[in-house]
Amino acid sequence: MEVAQQEILNKTAEKETVNISGSVALLEALIAEGVDTIFGYPGGAIMPIYDALYDYNEKLNHILVRHEQGGIHAGQGYARTSGKVGVVFATSGPGATNLVTGLADAQIDSTPLVCITGQVFAHLLGTDAFQETDVINITNPVTKWNYQVTDATEIPEVLAKAFYIAKSGRPGPVLIDITKNAQIQLFDYEGYTPCNHIRSYRPKPIVRMPYVEQAAELINKAKKPFIIWGQGVILGSAEQEFKTFVEKSGIPAAWTILGAGAIPTSHPLNVGMLGMHGNYGPNVLTNECDVLIAIGMRFDDRVTGRLDKYAKQAKVIHLDIDPAEIDKNVKTTVPVWGDCKETLPLLTSLVEQKQHTAWLNKFREYTRQEVEAVIHDELNPTSGEMTMGEVIKQLNDLTHGEAIIVTDVGQHQMVACRYAQFNNTRSNITSGGLGTMGFALPAAIGAKYGAQDKTVVAIIGDGGFQMTLQELGTIMQTGVDVKIIILNNRFLGMVRQWQELFNDRRYSFVDIESPDFVAVAAAYRIPGKCITDRAELPGALNEMINNKGSFLLEVMVTKENNVFPMVPQGCSVSEIRLK
Amino acid sequence: MTNFKTMSNQDIEKQEYNITVYTENQIGLLSRIAIIFTRRKINIDSLNTSPSEIESIHRFNIVITESEEVVRKLTRQIEKQVEVLKVYYHTNQDVIWQELALYKVSTDVIAEKVSVERLLRENGARAVVIRKDYTVFETTGHREETDNLINILQPYGLIEFVRSARVAIIKDSEGFNAKLREFERLEPGEEVIENEYLNKGQKVFTM
Repeated sequence: MEVAQQEILNKTAEKETVNISGSVALLEALIAEGVDTIFGYPGGAIMPIYDALYDYNEKLNHILVRHEQGGIHAGQGYARTSGKVGVVFATSGPGATNLVTGLADAQIDSTPLVCITGQVFAHLLGTDAFQETDVINITNPVTKWNYQVTDATEIPEVLAKAFYIAKSGRPGPVLIDITKNAQIQLFDYEGYTPCNHIRSYRPKPIVRMPYVEQAAELINKAKKPFIIWGQGVILGSAEQEFKTFVEKSGIPAAWTILGAGAIPTSHPLNVGMLGMHGNYGPNVLTNECDVLIAIGMRFDDRVTGRLDKYAKQAKVIHLDIDPAEIDKNVKTTVPVWGDCKETLPLLTSLVEQKQHTAWLNKFREYTRQEVEAVIHDELNPTSGEMTMGEVIKQLNDLTHGEAIIVTDVGQHQMVACRYAQFNNTRSNITSGGLGTMGFALPAAIGAKYGAQDKTVVAIIGDGGFQMTLQELGTIMQTGVDVKIIILNNRFLGMVRQWQELFNDRRYSFVDIESPDFVAVAAAYRIPGKCITDRAELPGALNEMINNKGSFLLEVMVTKENNVFPMVPQGCSVSEIRLK
Repeated sequence: MTNFKTMSNQDIEKQEYNITVYTENQIGLLSRIAIIFTRRKINIDSLNTSPSEIESIHRFNIVITESEEVVRKLTRQIEKQVEVLKVYYHTNQDVIWQELALYKVSTDVIAEKVSVERLLRENGARAVVIRKDYTVFETTGHREETDNLINILQPYGLIEFVRSARVAIIKDSEGFNAKLREFERLEPGEEVIENEYLNKGQKVFTM
């Protein structure tokens, strides 16, 4: 079959056609797009594609997951660490519906994916055939684009569009549903042409210099300017341009959860995290700055708190590639539409070199207060049960900010994102917009495939781990090296925290029992350890990091610890509570 | 800040808006557009799909009753769809619009009790079908005009009534031909992206 693949290449290079199946055309398209890894799960309606894959396994590394949701989260993890498009295969019906959570997650977090689903034969569409679901309509609201292929001749062009749409502009998930007849059908293949233009689709708005000039003017006049950045900086590969802008303008900068790592945590102008469980200074001072410069972020409600009390005193400059984000939540004074990789250098060239020492010291003063009231005790407890924070701190001491940290959703996520050190971009992988419990374990598997030379640490709660723990099977079979830390507080901690604070401690169904996680891991031939004693923590973390291959470390932490600071729902960011 | 106070009435007040959407002719796009409204619990008053002035380009006319601020955001979301070329929104004053209505009545009753000639003349209606058992009238116009004929015919036993979706022509549009050429260029010029923000910095949104 290697010969056949060579023949396809030779003939198409000579502008000759080759008679191949839709399935082979699909795999040729993936190779042409530079795909090396696929996360998937076979089934009846996608069997012809898997049959073709049998001959392509040297070029395409297919990772057999244990559930399609695991497959798509792995695809997300891969896309987020590698910057490439994640590719996922699933069969029709339940295979496809199992992708929906991951699609919604990728859509809201702008993650480029191409998902291929099998579909029943075209002549059976609409007949309630075995494993038939209307995947296109189910996934309409959670995909950037989707398309059903019923004829093999469409495959090269549709795949080219799929990859172009997934990765260009504001990235997002694309789903291509291919009926079984189209997978089998033979046609005269003319070779693959990548797509670089669709007339109805404009991924990048045109940069308008008058706005850039107005923005620079506002920034140059500002006494208390404040930068808030999001994942757009990372998605646009504009980390360097961003750093230059921050350093020249001397403006304090804070990040949304998905923006973490675009500049290092330790950067002197990085003043911390925004939002509900973000840092004290960035939240309070949002309502004191005079010019707010939002870069590649979308003013999520978890960032803004109460909108009618959000930065009302400030002039707002919003840099975004997606025109629909401008003015969606927060009224913009100057919109800078465009790719921030292009707009940031333009802005940098017009802003004056400055230092906002007094203003920056205000952030530092709030940091001091936060350290005193919250951070010190969270990171350096000397008695009682372990805290989540000290685990993260000691992990930092071992990995020095070089590891990729993948988190699930809940208290541990907030603690990890608050305290983990990120030296590098694309090293904080978490489910931000959708808040998908069960994300971390499969995403960590994908993250490792996307960044093989990095240490990948998945930090997961005892609740979330049980949502997708079947993916331990994927780890077992592939031998992928993922370090797993379960921060076990024997509660669904974030909901419990809210019930404590806002529902009079009426702990309604948050008391969760767990199996012996170490024994579960052992059943999958993954070594592990459970620790309850503070003295064991450094040694156990060391053992985990230095273990060749995956390792599961369960840390029993305080049952009823709360994550602070906190902006209670319905409150303004400046009403953030330290306790 | 006094942003709320400086909002123009147009932003807050709900009124009918005519949304014109130029699209590729693609199966499934109707659903993608419809869910943008339903997700936000916004009722579509009228929806028409038709060919446009350009072969292969489709045109949707959608009517909703909302504030301008909401309509503006909806149009952005619609325009974000991959197969949508361009979206415009206009008040009723900015468009020429028509709806068509059909009315089925009993021929016996109508012939006996109504001065058909006067009825047709006064309502700009015409008889499309006249059979022994029933007659179908047709009228075209604004909502009030088509409603008016319902009221007139109701006492005589209106058997069936149906009104079409609204079609609307934009008064100050030069059509889409020139725009489309811009879209077809690899690097579209400024033409294709209007920006309504400049010098409107004081407007604030609520939803």
